[in-house]
Amino acid sequence: MQTPLLTVDHLNFGFYDRPLYQDLSFELAPGSMTSLIGANGVGKTTLVRLLMKQLKPQTGTITYRQDPAVSIGYVPQFRNLEDEYPLSIRSFVALNHPRHFPWLTASDKQALNRVLDETHLLDRQHQRLGAASGGEKQKAYLAQALLDRPNFLILDESTASLDVNTKIELMDLVKELNQNNGLTVLFVTHDLNLAKQYTDQYLLLTKDGSEMKPVSEMDVTTMPEELQPVVEFQEED
Amino acid sequence: MGIFSYDFMRNAFIASTFIALTTGVVGVFVSARGMSFLAHTLSEIGFAGAAFGVFLGIPPLDGMLAFTAVSSVAVGRLSARASRREESISAVSSLFIGLGILFLSLSNQSSSYATTILFGSIIGISSQDVVQLIGLAIFVLVTVVIGYRWLAFDSFDSIGAKAQGLNTRLVSVYFLIILAVSVSIGAQIVGSLLVFILLTLPPSVAKYLGRTLPQMMLISVAAALIGVWVGLILGYLTNWPVTFFIATIEFIFYFLALGYHNLHN
Repeated sequence: MQTPLLTVDHLNFGFYDRPLYQDLSFELAPGSMTSLIGANGVGKTTLVRLLMKQLKPQTGTITYRQDPAVSIGYVPQFRNLEDEYPLSIRSFVALNHPRHFPWLTASDKQALNRVLDETHLLDRQHQRLGAASGGEKQKAYLAQALLDRPNFLILDESTASLDVNTKIELMDLVKELNQNNGLTVLFVTHDLNLAKQYTDQYLLLTKDGSEMKPVSEMDVTTMPEELQPVVEFQEED
Repeated sequence: MGIFSYDFMRNAFIASTFIALTTGVVGVFVSARGMSFLAHTLSEIGFAGAAFGVFLGIPPLDGMLAFTAVSSVAVGRLSARASRREESISAVSSLFIGLGILFLSLSNQSSSYATTILFGSIIGISSQDVVQLIGLAIFVLVTVVIGYRWLAFDSFDSIGAKAQGLNTRLVSVYFLIILAVSVSIGAQIVGSLLVFILLTLPPSVAKYLGRTLPQMMLISVAAALIGVWVGLILGYLTNWPVTFFIATIEFIFYFLALGYHNLHN
């Protein structure tokens, strides 16, 4: 069996009198696509912060594969860009260039073109981000996180504010990156339908514990009430 | 042109060229970080600092630098939470205007001195002042270049910068010091009351016309340069205050850019 990209072993973490996880253990295989599901306040974002080493586990360990090393790309949940936001999509994505200087070198431009191509933004790269559609904005956020070529991508509720078609378009793109580039994906979401359709397995966090299962074994009816789809999701053709 | 046969006009031109370069570049970050109001407050703090300098008998520019540098970091920390940013900035600025008035009164200087600090003066700039000003301007520009990647990322996408592990608090303090020095430099020509013109209007023009950061910096510097140069010439020809012309020119640029933006969107 391949070395797991990420191993979480008996992780315990909580805030003061509110324990969030007790003995949380799971593994992510390289190239896997996993959804992280849970009701509001159950600690999804806290788990992401732990995985990104912004917080330390109280007990237990979080271990990343050493060879090849794991680099994380993270797409945060909220961005506060106003309509008059001036930068073009291309310039916005380039903000994450490790050697970003007022003018980019030829190889910088190459890396930028590649990620814009992969995220299907080449045609729209000179569009102002402030005036771009919701889907284009999400793709730009994704492209920015992918610019330094991480092999592990964490998407934090990236589809939450999008309409159904745009959600599908974005998830198709993520799936494509997962299949073509072997990108390991952790998709934080409320959306059981998207989780079922696009990810291989799910990690369900609840107040009483957690479970990691293949999505084929997901039984929507036994999920916490808050996660039950209010409106049934329609497959578009 | 007879205008350059006067030492003070040559000094004023050199000084304002470096002022426009500095405020044009730094202003792009001020605008992206939503700090226009803070720039205004720092101008008032600069006034208090200059008055303090006069009171102590040291050059007003030194007093300004000291006050703006210390208080920009303090204001930055006070207003870290956006919800109380405006009120904390207002509170600090009231205190400093009060202090400025006190120092001027204690120093027994005539009110014309206050006018000079508040509204700027082109006659008062000596060659020595010009040298100091160029030194400070170069300091600011080099600091911006060194921190360019962090400043750009944090100013134009602070959430993304944080997500990529950038220490955004540190970048904030770094920028506030740059801003403090820029305010002190800018006040030398247009005065402390109106230095925020150069820190906010040219970058707003750039925001509406540019789409990349280098483009925005070029447009912002160009708008600032044209403003100060034309302002100086018109001031020389008419004997009206240079600051008036600079303010008017930047105002016109701003509305033309806004109109262009609205037409194209």
